[in-house]
Formats: sequence, structure tokens, C-alpha cells
Amino acid sequence: MAVCIAVIAKENYPLYIRSIPTENELKFHYTVHTSLDVVEEKISAVGKALVDQRELYLGLLYPTEDYKVYGYVTNSKVKFVIVVDSSNTALRDNEIRSMFRKLHNSYTDVMCNPFYNPGDPIQSKAFDNMVSAMMVQVC
Amino acid sequence: MDQGPGTVSGGGFISLSENEQRCYSDLYTLCQADSSEKLAASKVRELFRASQLPADTLHQVTELCGAKRLGYFGTGQFYVALKLLAAAQSGFPVRLESIKSEMPLPRFVGMKNDAEVLRYPNHSQNTESQGHQLGKPPMTIARPSLDRNSLKRTESLGDKQEPRSPPPSPLRSPPNSPSSLSYQDKPLSYCYRKQWNSTEHLTASCESKHPSRPLLQQQVSSPSNYGSKSSLAHSSVTQALSVERRAEGSADNHDDPWRITEEQRDYYTMQFKSLQPDLSSLISGSVAKNFFTKSKLSIPELSHIWELSDVDCDGALTLPEFCAAFHLIVARKNGYSLPEKLPQTLQPAFLQIDAVSPKTKRDGVFLGSYSELVPSCQEREPAHSEQWEAINELPTTREPLIVFEDESGTAPQEINTVESTHPPLSDKSTPKQEPRIDSCMSAFSPKRNPSFKDTSAEHTPLENTPAAKTDPPPELEHQVKSRTRQRSYSSTSIDDAMKKVEEPPTPPPRPQKTHSRASSLDLNTIFQQSSQGFKGGWLPPPALPPRPLAAQIPHFVSNTETPSQQKPVRKLNFADFSKFSEEEENAAKNEVQGQLGKAAGSSEESSPLKKDILPAQPPLKPIRRKYRPESQNLDSQEPTLPLPPPSSSSAPGTKPHPPLQKQSSRQKRAIQTAIRKNKEANAVLARLNSELQQQFKEAHLDRIALEAQLDQLRPVSYL
Repeated sequence: MAVCIAVIAKENYPLYIRSIPTENELKFHYTVHTSLDVVEEKISAVGKALVDQRELYLGLLYPTEDYKVYGYVTNSKVKFVIVVDSSNTALRDNEIRSMFRKLHNSYTDVMCNPFYNPGDPIQSKAFDNMVSAMMVQVC
Repeated sequence: MDQGPGTVSGGGFISLSENEQRCYSDLYTLCQADSSEKLAASKVRELFRASQLPADTLHQVTELCGAKRLGYFGTGQFYVALKLLAAAQSGFPVRLESIKSEMPLPRFVGMKNDAEVLRYPNHSQNTESQGHQLGKPPMTIARPSLDRNSLKRTESLGDKQEPRSPPPSPLRSPPNSPSSLSYQDKPLSYCYRKQWNSTEHLTASCESKHPSRPLLQQQVSSPSNYGSKSSLAHSSVTQALSVERRAEGSADNHDDPWRITEEQRDYYTMQFKSLQPDLSSLISGSVAKNFFTKSKLSIPELSHIWELSDVDCDGALTLPEFCAAFHLIVARKNGYSLPEKLPQTLQPAFLQIDAVSPKTKRDGVFLGSYSELVPSCQEREPAHSEQWEAINELPTTREPLIVFEDESGTAPQEINTVESTHPPLSDKSTPKQEPRIDSCMSAFSPKRNPSFKDTSAEHTPLENTPAAKTDPPPELEHQVKSRTRQRSYSSTSIDDAMKKVEEPPTPPPRPQKTHSRASSLDLNTIFQQSSQGFKGGWLPPPALPPRPLAAQIPHFVSNTETPSQQKPVRKLNFADFSKFSEEEENAAKNEVQGQLGKAAGSSEESSPLKKDILPAQPPLKPIRRKYRPESQNLDSQEPTLPLPPPSSSSAPGTKPHPPLQKQSSRQKRAIQTAIRKNKEANAVLARLNSELQQQFKEAHLDRIALEAQLDQLRPVSYL
């Protein structure tokens, strides 16, 4: 379903980024990068005191003609960005949410690994498998 | 074992280069059957055969080196033989003369690995069995692991030496498949020891067919940087052999490299115990990370292994998970590529069913060795291996745990640190331990238990720790306190602790109950301090002879009242003061006098002063009472008491007064020091309070944040 999935660290550098059409990867990298601005805007909209009440799922960040970009941010300011093909209209909001939830769970599993240093690129095979499962459905 | 240059009984002194020396000593150790100088003939024969020299050459070599004559291979003979083999392989005639010169190292078929070993040609693709290849990667990987585990293994396994009886016979086993060979490799290599690996391969190849002998040989040659570990190697070798023999006993699992044998399981359990004495508890991620990092596998591989083995993804390893992880590491070290998915035989559920309690005897042995080492760990000797350093790190990891987990528990900690030298606290700590022990036993956690094990240095079994805790010498008192502190999760124990702990610091507040008046408080505390047992608003002991004071008071009062007449007063003062100087007894009285003196000297308005003084000194009630009649008497005696000017009154007063004033000043000083002490105590407690409040706030904020995250992570039914 997803065309590109990215995990961005707190300092706004990618921990993990993968896209399906591998030939046009740069375009997706750029898209994710620009979406970060929107993410920052959304999370700064809520006041500092309400940080706990801030919704983790940010929803549609911005649509283009080709695809839509969804965002999700964790409490530790790690951002997940999913780029979905616009032609895939069957995708509902809750499905996106479930994808983000799965991403978040896999990410916490990666964090649980004591050999993983926060800030390192994610190289976990389990994480890769999960992401592939999410992306393969695009076909 | 003589590692020096080989001396040959028949051929004089031959010099060996450093490489040669190392290599030969390795080979020597590998061929060593027992602690005697003689080498196992069979092994030597195999070694020679592996050199791929024709049989008659070998005979020649044997003859020349003197073994034939002696009937066995000693050190010298062996070295000479090796050198002769090298000579033969390089094409030189097998003569003693030829070995006098510099020679390349003898080549044994199947050697490879390592820069040093590069001399040995790679005959991997030869007729040798597939197991040969499997042997290769372990060597590369196993090589660096020498130092890491040598120390570790030595102590724990040193006592497991068994005589290294000729291995070939009992170890014959039919299977020839590569997996079987590698399987044999695997259980044996879990010692993480190169020498051990080599021995194991040695024996493994002994029992398998000849083609695998090169496997043996390559293992034999690889530990060329043996160094001083030969003795350790020997012990480990014997132990490994025994282990391997036992491992081979279970002959049903040869085909599954992912199956853990009993032997391995016991070993893993022992290792688990060394990290975490409670077998049913968890090993935390950081502890496991340190431990597994010692295996010298790369971090991504270790990360992958962790992913595979930590099935519940909680960042900690249970015993089955730990066994699985360990097994995967062993497999990886033996050359198996890591699977993508955890094999079924390594699943925790599977392993849990298979769980066998470790043999008590071995437990005793290991624990014994462990307990020997732990005191050294406690002393933080860096000489010990990193395993103990991991344990050493635990105290440091405990500190943040204390702050984070148990904010109320830190109160006793800090109070304890403040009053750490307080004698009654040692008594209190022991009763504290009981509730702590209970709470600890019931609610085990990985964080608590490692520190638990860590601080109970002398007592490895968990059951002994209560006893240990009750017997700690005073120097362990602090550790005990910190340990028990960490466990105090139950509110009751915390309350007990708080109450018990707070008893020592409470004396300062006590006077407050008794007196609300500020100025009298000082006197009160002084009285209490002096009398040590006063409770409540005590009046000064009635033993105070009030008369002199009363006499003085009325004198002053009357002085103030009648300022006009001075001289007679002066005389009177003299007279009165003499009385005072004789009768000065009570410090409080003197202090009162001092105060009165001050009051009188400070201003000439005595009536307000009188009133101030009197109400300000309720403890002086008896004095006052006596004062009145005295004053009346005095007044009657001297109708006019001219108030001398303050200076004059104080001037004559100074002479008889010095002793009184000294006392009063002493009293003042005492009061002041008492005040200071109380203020300091107050400040300390106030600081403590603020710090605790801060910690509490932080913990509360953390809790809120975590709860919020938890809410977020909970599946949201959203449509």
C-alpha cells in the first residue's frame, strides 16, 4: 500500500527510508524531506504544556497529484512518514493509522534491542520484514 | 611445558624463530595427552600424517628426532620433528643438519586462516570432508576470542579438569555428514576458547574419519599466539574433551545444529546464573549486551541474534531466551549463518519444556568458583575479566534505578547517607531488611536482582542472602541499605523505613512541641540538652537558688526605678553581687542574670524591660516568684535604689560579674552553638525535602508521560 516509508530521527535525519519503485528513490527522499516541515509545523502548533495530549497520528500532511503523505510522530520526536500512491483511493484513514501503529510497535521492538544505539540507522531484519509487508501490497 | 627453544637430546641445540616457537608450542599442547612431557603418540602420528609426507620420511623424522630411541615424544623431540617435517616439505633432506637453518613452518594439510597461518597452504578443496570447511570459519572467528574468555573460563572451569584419556576410542561416531561434524564442533566450541576449539576439533576429527584430520590439523595450528595460556589451555582442553565426550553421549541430535544438548544447556544455565542468580528472572538488556559483546561478533550480528532470541521483545532475556541467544552465538562462531527466523528448537516454549535443572554438583562447583571471584569483583580488580566488570557496573546502574523507580525509597537513602555513621542506623537497617527481603523475594525484577546478587558478594545462592544481609559488617551496611532501599516498593516497608529512619533526625522538632515561644525555645533546648530527657515545657530545676538572682533582679529593677540614688545602690550592688558571686550555681540563672544585666545595661527604662524580661522567661517562674518577695524585701530594705547609670552599674558590676558573666557568656555560647546546630539540621532537612520534592515531581511527570504514551499506543478504535 505504501510507496515509501521513512523513519526520521528526532534530529531530523533519516533512520530508515525505503521506497518501492527503487529507481525514483531520490524523489521520495525529497518528498519526505519536505514533509518534515509540515510535521514540525503540526507538532509545534500544540503548546508545550499539552505535549502529552498531542495526537501522535498527524494525518495527511500534504497531498500532491501523485501521492499523499501521512505523518506520525512519537513522544520522543521520532517521525514516521508514509507516502501513499494517490491512485490507491481505497486506503482509509484507519488503515493508515494501523500502519503507523505497526511501524511504531516495530520501532519499539528495535529500540528494545540492547545492541541498537538510538540514532543508528535501523538495520533490524524484523523491521525490514514488517515494512516490506506493508509496501508489498502496492504491487 | 617448555616453550623455549627446543633442545634435542640427539642433535644439540636448535633455535626456533618466534613463529616457529609459537606454532610448535601450540602443536605440542594439542598433542599433549596428559600433564607429563610425553606426547600422545597417536596424535603425533596423525599430525605427521597430515603433513602429507610419505611414510618412510615420517619414520625418518621420528628416528632422527630421537623419539624412537626414547620411545616417546618429549618437547625437544617434538620440536625437532616438526622442524624436520618442515624441512622435508620444503624439499630438504631429512637430516639434523638441515634443521639448523631457518626453515618455513611445517605444513599440515588443511591449514588456513589468519595472517600467521597463511603459511599453511589452503587445501580446503581437497579430498577432505566437508567438515573441514566448516572448521575454517570457526577458526577465524574463534581466534580473537582467546583473551576474552581465557580468564573467565579458567576460573570457572579450572576445577573441571579431567584426565585426558586417549580420546579416539570413546569418541568414535559414525555420522559423516557435515552437519554432524559441525554439530560436534558447535557444542565443543561454546567455551569460546581457541585452544578449546582446537582440541575439540582434534578430538572430533579423531573420532570421525581420516579426511577430517586436516580439520584437526588446522585447528591445531591456528592457536599460534598461544602465549602463556598453555596451562589454561590444558585445563580447558581437558575440560572440553570431557565435555565433548559427554556431548557425544547424546547421539540423537546430530542432525540438528539448532538443537541444544544437555551439556550446552547446562553451560548456558551456568552462564545465566553468573549474570543473574535467579533462574526464573530476566537478564536485562545492558547486562546481556556486555556479555554477548565479549563473543566478539559484530554488532549487527549480535543485534540480529538478539532480535531472534528475544521473542517477547521486552529488552530482557529469560533463561530460554538466553540459551537460544547463546546457542545462536555459538553457531555463528562455528560458521553457521544466522537464520532469518528462530528455529523451532530454539523457541523459548520449546526450550522451557526441555528445561532441566542444572546438576547440583556442577552448581556447587561453579558457584564455589564464582564466589571466590565475586569478592574480587567487589574489590573491583580490573585484572579480572570483563565479565566481572559487567557485574561491577551494576552498582552504577543501580543509582539511576533508585532515583527512577523508588522516589520514596530515596528518602531513606539520603537520610541514611546523611546519618550514615549514625550508630543506631545499623540496627535499623537490619530490621529494615526483613520487609525488604520479603518484598524483594516476591517481586523479583531484573534490575533489582543483579544488584542484589552484586552486593551480596559472599553469598551466591539467593537463599543465603537474607542471612547475608543480616550479618553484614558495618562496611557493607551502606550497600545493604542501598540494596534494601531499592527493594522497598511496598508502601509498608517504605513507611517503616521512613519512620525508623526519621527517628534519629527528629530530636530537633521535639522542642517545638513543647514551646511555641521563640525566645524561650533556645533556653528550652539548652535545658533539654543539658538534662537529656526533658520533655515538654520544663521549667528549670527548682534547685536553682533563686535568691541571688532575685536579689539581683530587684536590685536592677529598683535601680531602674530609682535612678536618682546611685551611690548607695552601688554599694548595694556590691553587696548584692558578692552574694551572687558566692551563690552562682545555675547556668540558666546566670544566663538570666546575663540577660538581665544586658537588659539593664542596654537601656535605662527598666520597667518595660522588667516586664519584657519576665514574660520572656517563663522558665524562670520560680525565680520570678521568689523575686517578688525578694524584691519586696529588698524594696523594703532599701527604699531607694538609685539607678546607677548603666555604665556605673555595669562598672562595679563588672568585677564581681566576670565570673557570672563568663558563665552567662558560656551559656550564651552554648545556646548559640545549639542554635547553629539546629539551624544546620533544619537546613539539611529542608534541602532534603526540596530535593525529594523535586524527584517526586520528576517521577510524576515521567509517569504522566508514560501513561500518555501508553494511551496513545493502545489500539484506538477509530472509524
